[in-house]
Amino acid sequence: MSGPLGVVMLVHTALERAEQIARHWAAAGCPVVIHVDRSVSRARHDAFARALGDVEHIVFSRRFRCEWGTWGLVAASQAACETMLARFPEVTHVYLASGACLPLRPVEELIDYLAERPQTDFIESATTSEVPWTIGGLHEERFTLSFPFSWKRHRLLFDTYVELQRLVGRKRRLPNGLVPHMGSQWWCLTRQTLSAILQDPERATYDRFFRRVWIPDESYFQSLARLYSRRIESRSLTLSKFDYQGKPHVFYDDHLQLLRRSDCFVARKIWPRANRLYEAFLTDPSSAMKRAEPNPGKIDRLFAKAVERRTRGRPGLYMQSRFPREGFENGVTAGPYSMFQGFAELFEDFEPWLARMTGARVHGHIFAPERAEFADGAHIVAGALSDSAALRDANPKAFLTNLIWNTRGERQCFQFGPRDNQRINWTIAKDPNAQISVISGAWAVPLFRSNRDFAELRAEAAHLQAVEAAHLKVLRSPWTKARIRIWSMAEFVEAPMEPLQTILDELGSRHPARLSEVPRMTDLDGFGRFLQNLKNQGMHPYLMGDFPVEPSAPRRPPKPPRKPYVVR
Amino acid sequence: MEEPRELWLAYRLRWKRRRLLFRALRKRRQLAVVADRTCRIRRGDILAFVTVRNEALRLPFFLEHHRRLGVDHFLFVDNESDDGTREWLAAQPDVSLWHTGESYKLSRFGMDWLTWLQIRHGHGHWCLTLDADEILIYPHHDTRPLPALTEWLERDGRESLGALMLDMYPKGPPGAQSYAAGEDPFDTLAWFDAGNYFIEKQAKLRNLWIRGGVRARMFFADRPRRAPTLNKVPLVRWNRRYVYNTSTHQILPRRLNAVYAEDGGEVLSGVLLHTKFLNTIVERSREEKDRREHFEVADSYRAYYDALIQDPDLWCPDSTRFTGWRQLVALGLMSRGAWV
Repeated sequence: MSGPLGVVMLVHTALERAEQIARHWAAAGCPVVIHVDRSVSRARHDAFARALGDVEHIVFSRRFRCEWGTWGLVAASQAACETMLARFPEVTHVYLASGACLPLRPVEELIDYLAERPQTDFIESATTSEVPWTIGGLHEERFTLSFPFSWKRHRLLFDTYVELQRLVGRKRRLPNGLVPHMGSQWWCLTRQTLSAILQDPERATYDRFFRRVWIPDESYFQSLARLYSRRIESRSLTLSKFDYQGKPHVFYDDHLQLLRRSDCFVARKIWPRANRLYEAFLTDPSSAMKRAEPNPGKIDRLFAKAVERRTRGRPGLYMQSRFPREGFENGVTAGPYSMFQGFAELFEDFEPWLARMTGARVHGHIFAPERAEFADGAHIVAGALSDSAALRDANPKAFLTNLIWNTRGERQCFQFGPRDNQRINWTIAKDPNAQISVISGAWAVPLFRSNRDFAELRAEAAHLQAVEAAHLKVLRSPWTKARIRIWSMAEFVEAPMEPLQTILDELGSRHPARLSEVPRMTDLDGFGRFLQNLKNQGMHPYLMGDFPVEPSAPRRPPKPPRKPYVVR
Repeated sequence: MEEPRELWLAYRLRWKRRRLLFRALRKRRQLAVVADRTCRIRRGDILAFVTVRNEALRLPFFLEHHRRLGVDHFLFVDNESDDGTREWLAAQPDVSLWHTGESYKLSRFGMDWLTWLQIRHGHGHWCLTLDADEILIYPHHDTRPLPALTEWLERDGRESLGALMLDMYPKGPPGAQSYAAGEDPFDTLAWFDAGNYFIEKQAKLRNLWIRGGVRARMFFADRPRRAPTLNKVPLVRWNRRYVYNTSTHQILPRRLNAVYAEDGGEVLSGVLLHTKFLNTIVERSREEKDRREHFEVADSYRAYYDALIQDPDLWCPDSTRFTGWRQLVALGLMSRGAWV
């Protein structure tokens, strides 16, 4: 006496595993009809059939050649199902499975589950316009074109013929107003529905049509079930995941817990050598009967994450198997950071002040010519990133992206200026993660306070000004994506509080209310005279704005301070 | 349509590949068979190709690890070992061994010999080409053996897997550590540099050029251009027409070097844990310095060997302690790609 659930198994490789699975189904009283792909040699087929000869209720059906995407798979299913319905009259539900399918829950649970839902057909079936999973461009065209050539063996012919049909605007009509539906090829249908499909007087018409449809095993039963089913539950009882290229994912030993918790009845594909999985799910009848509904949510999330990782990657990561072309980075760096130009020159204690106020990591000039001036004088920072200028300058972009990647979760701030390596300018300017604040011309302050020959100072000033001007041009170019604020030094000195407050607000200050403590500004007495001296030597310092020559002279009525402006 | 210049380059590389294959063909006479068990190689077996010289200390663990991963047969070339390496290898049931006394350097650092063996035995197999101080790991290597990996790569339409060479080092001077053959070397070589690698793309062979790590930090901080190359393509579904160009850093035809994604995504990759800094490094460096059989321009590496002979502590407070493949994936040193 066989049970109410019949299993049709399509088998083409890993016959030992298929045998194991067939025995498992049969042991639970399920009659099994096995279809072995015609491309399996007769000798192997016979050996396989002999090996299962001792089991009652296992029958082999007529063999077809099953090539992916072709009619053979449907023909095989039809033949096997006909055998099933004819040979085992007690069968009420037919489950279509493959040799790589593994029952995760005791078969009795599945039988009970189906017995509680006697009229329900479990078949994923959605209209073509609504499914996102077709990969490779063929959507409705799966039905409206015809596909007589093998995709696997004659790719060129396949593609050419598709193009040709598109060119002439070919549109095959579906017979009898059939609405095309698609879905997973692993289904479980009731005897009524299945026999109605197989015994339909119009079946020859439908078969003729689907014979030329692309991947008919995902649409034949899915479309026809819509004609006869009393109740369609549009989901598959078989857990089967596909990767971003539309290939089925494989489950390995380490997926054991994940599969257990999914509460699905059957999963595919299982790696044939995943001994632990086969052992765990086939040998121990384990836990008490569960009434749980299948819940593949966790697996879905895991696989969605994998697709995301494969297609989008981790932002800001450059490594041996992810090296995006410019523009494809999905984030030039791993997180937001701030670059300050001129602040450390204008304020005596800017770095410790900023660190105190924000809790961010505040470095010095990390692109300085001598060495990368990391915070607290460190020579090596997170990730064992060295302060060697030579290593850094071998690839400044890698240095920056490494620093930001290594310190994920901690905001990085650093100083920059015209003395530093300028090769990094475009990278930072085009990085939306960069927050750039510039006090232009502040590089003159250290010169002003230094005790060097004036001729030397003059040459250096001219050089630094030219470098900074070029940098500002980059920052103002239409290709920049960073958040950029630029003040001239004169502007900034006149009203420093507002810009400082803005910067702190953006960094997420520890004391959000008001600026409780300000950094100490360098004494600028005589700075105007210094600039005038430069002018007198024939240089034209302009980036710092206008400073009066004599600080003691009564000030002009102050202009209303210009608002800091945001470039983008 | 590719540019004429690209086509010309492709043409030249094709001839370069043929030249290298021919070179390997000529050098086959330098190999004398010691133990030939290649008749045991079956279809679909995964093979490993290694050139060794005095590696008796490393080989027991090396063999054990890669056996566990699922390498079915090892093909070794022994270059004049005198520490028992040869006898030990010849006694292993899954090893075929050849011997040569010729120059390692003139054989393109052993590549010519291995290329010949690959022509003979590698065709159609997934082949690992390694040094004795390289231990391959990849995502899930503890639960999914190499056949799972290679099947997945094949389904993904890939013929090669990239792996970063990760220099592992101890805390304290390497010479002061102890290690006995067969032990897990990463009990002492437990540390590595996690985030100081720099990458450029080499347009000619379309490979990534990765340098950095502890050796760049310690020995090449003043001349980074000379820092050792760390990108490798150790696992390839072999064809007798393939040939490695420089060590296993680059391979021809060059499409096999495309082991990375350029569209922002990540593809599956592995890591070669490098056991160079075992306690024998000091003695070894002294010897290599005199033998001058390593590196293309041996003289410019004198300072490097001198520094190694000083037995410096490579460890720093920002070194990372190795805990397993998941950590390397999280750090972004390798990736699972779409392999879940």
